Amino acid sequence: MSGCPFGGGQQPPADAHSESSLASSETTDGVTRRLSRRGLLGLAGVGGAGAVAGIAAGLLGHDAIAAAAAPPAANDSVIPFFGDRQAGITTAAQDRLHMAAFDVTTEDRAALIELLKDWTAAAEAMTAGRTTGATGAVDGPYDAPPEDTGEALDLDAGRLTLTIGFGASLFEKDGKARFGLGGKRPDALIDLPHFPGDALEPARTGGDIVVQACADDPQVAVHAIRNLARIGFGKARVRWSQLGFGRTSSTSRAQQTPRNLFGFKDGTNNLKSEDAALLDEHVWAGAGSRAGEAWMAGGSYLVARRIRMHIEIWDRTSLREQEGLIGRTKGEGAPLSGGKEFTAPDFAIKGNDGEPLIGMDSHVRLAHPNQNDGVRMLRRGYNYTDGSDGLGHLDAGLFFIAFVKDPRTHYVPMQMTMAKQDVLALEYLKHTGSGLFAVPPGVRQGGYIGEGLFA
Amino acid sequence: MPGLTSPKTRRTAGARLAVVAATAVLPLALASCTDNANANATGATDGPIQVTSTDTECKVSAAVAPSGNLTFAVKNDGAEVTEFYVLAEDGLRIVAEVENIGPGITRNLVLTAPAGKYTTACKPGMKGDGIRAEFTVKDSGKQATADADHQKLVDTGVTQYTAYVKDQTEQLVAGTKEFAAAYAAGDAAKAKSLYAATRMHWERIEPVAESFGDLDPKLDAREADLEPGQKWTGWHRAEKDLFPQAGYKALTAAERSAISKQLVADTEELSSRTRTVELSADKLGNGAKELLDEVARGKVTGEEEIWSHTDLWDFQANVDGARIAFENLKPALEQKDSALAKDLDAKFSALQAELKTHAKGDGFAYYNELSKDEVQKLSALVDALGEPLSKLTAAVVL
Repeated sequence: MSGCPFGGGQQPPADAHSESSLASSETTDGVTRRLSRRGLLGLAGVGGAGAVAGIAAGLLGHDAIAAAAAPPAANDSVIPFFGDRQAGITTAAQDRLHMAAFDVTTEDRAALIELLKDWTAAAEAMTAGRTTGATGAVDGPYDAPPEDTGEALDLDAGRLTLTIGFGASLFEKDGKARFGLGGKRPDALIDLPHFPGDALEPARTGGDIVVQACADDPQVAVHAIRNLARIGFGKARVRWSQLGFGRTSSTSRAQQTPRNLFGFKDGTNNLKSEDAALLDEHVWAGAGSRAGEAWMAGGSYLVARRIRMHIEIWDRTSLREQEGLIGRTKGEGAPLSGGKEFTAPDFAIKGNDGEPLIGMDSHVRLAHPNQNDGVRMLRRGYNYTDGSDGLGHLDAGLFFIAFVKDPRTHYVPMQMTMAKQDVLALEYLKHTGSGLFAVPPGVRQGGYIGEGLFA
Repeated sequence: MPGLTSPKTRRTAGARLAVVAATAVLPLALASCTDNANANATGATDGPIQVTSTDTECKVSAAVAPSGNLTFAVKNDGAEVTEFYVLAEDGLRIVAEVENIGPGITRNLVLTAPAGKYTTACKPGMKGDGIRAEFTVKDSGKQATADADHQKLVDTGVTQYTAYVKDQTEQLVAGTKEFAAAYAAGDAAKAKSLYAATRMHWERIEPVAESFGDLDPKLDAREADLEPGQKWTGWHRAEKDLFPQAGYKALTAAERSAISKQLVADTEELSSRTRTVELSADKLGNGAKELLDEVARGKVTGEEEIWSHTDLWDFQANVDGARIAFENLKPALEQKDSALAKDLDAKFSALQAELKTHAKGDGFAYYNELSKDEVQKLSALVDALGEPLSKLTAAVVL
């Protein structure tokens, strides 16, 4: 019989939890499972001490933010959460998306701030590959529901990013300011106009707060949204949510250009994280013209559009027509004016019929910066399928996401042009959901998302 | 149920364990690791205390801990099923326990411990007196509740709830008889007027009623719940007959009479069985949560009463039952987690206020009269309450 810890009592007990567990292979069940998502990362830098402090503080009811652990050390699967700007914008586009828009159901400013603090703490933990709450998925009391839902145990952080933005309806409803945010709604956070052909469904449109979860593993992204939704119960409810199964844009030159469901490369000419000057010019918001909107400096505006593609009809279209509508070749993705994928399109060059090789109503021409006062956007969309439509077709398409400096100059004019003239849009696309959100700058350690808005 | 076994079990276990306390050679064993344990206790970052139970040993990674919430991660490294106890200084009274830990499994025991001297014990094989060690909780300034008083509050709550169940089943029996008589006699108008109001007594105590696995389907099965070949009896069979859809062929007087008789007999059986049900705080807490789950699953979706559309009566009754269970546990909960008690109070009130807007006369609007927005509003409030309510059991039982 011995009351000594681990027989001899030589190991410092506070660290014994993770170290001894790892060192010996005798651990089973809960301990082993914890290691893959928490323990290993803990050793990589979060630190037994930090993680344990979180547990202790959480149990004793301390502020969740104060208990947040130190930033993790380098790990391929971890995108740092803290920073001047929110991750998930210029971050090399991950493979999967789960985006959710929430309606805030409380009108209490303090409750909203608490929600944002709780979300910040949970987002920091999940993006670092840890579980949510002080006791996670398996370490809590046996008679209580686990704090973390657990489906991401055994998975690494999956390059998860959580990007949060605020919709116009958070600031005012029925002409009345909410949460004491009168005068804080940025001028750029407009109500998007009706674009010709819009078939927006209210249940897929708008929302007070949006959360974009991107990860290389869909389970990680869904886990993140699910846990944030759970934390939000009583303060916020999911208005709509959207899964995206494959990225349609590259945001880094290191990435290959992916394809959309039309089978064409998408986002060849996208802004890339390497283009620092262009990002400042087209993506990052400034301080605005009023004191009330200065909190957005360093943020961006997220445009989300759920674009149903009539893929069955598209598939019956000749390759000639498909390429003509897009303005690029299907295989290489080269502009029809010639060259390779990244060759600049020549809109002037004509064929033997005297018509431009890149048609006047082609998608490439209409969307090109040359045709849009030089404005550009950072696109970060995803392919989706949401089951079928009951008529024998897939409900499939593009969940378009773009980050822009100011939607008034960087989104609305181009979308208006395309909605009117782009044959592709007219015949093969239907916009069924929409949202515009002000994405505040990043969070510093000890702060919370959107803090500047409440200062 | 850790911490909530019947008093009888506790005493027996305590008495058996007590025998060992006198003969244990603990002081010696402990002396060799006291320094280390103290160093641990003074650190600000204590995590779970690791307990390793083998067939011959009970290793506890610290012998001293600060007062407040303590978590023991109990790992069974032995070949037999084990148990772990935290006993009071007298070595008799069980402060907390975790049972049924299979070989290789790790189970957490979380408890709130005030400063004082304790004894820990592993019981490999679930028999014998346990392998014991002394354990000290030092005052950390964090307040921990005195648990003798707490147990009294819990017991009072359980007694009150037991009385509530009795009262509801009595009303259910009386109401069912009246309903059954009207229905059997072919007085559809009277039967319809009694249907929803009588069922409320059932819905208020649904988790208790459902604990009788054979009676629940006989009394409350919906048509969609039936297995092929299963005979359909009970409330919803009558519902379909009383609120007929187009093309429905009504039951004969003989069929109605048979259903009525069965309904009364099954309800009386239920009533007599509930007399012997032993309730406990965890059953109250979990029952309250289950009632809200019922609302979220069947009532807010309009699936429970697909012909009568009287889902809001059931909704109200489920909320009543959950609230009573919560109110009965509230004095005990306030000791442990007053913030949760306050939160639950507010969430119950918000849901009740919204439900009240749909009240009509003695009852409610029919489910199919609600707009989608109204249903969504109710659903959001149910979720808002359900999340903190799921924490009630652990908060009280801990």
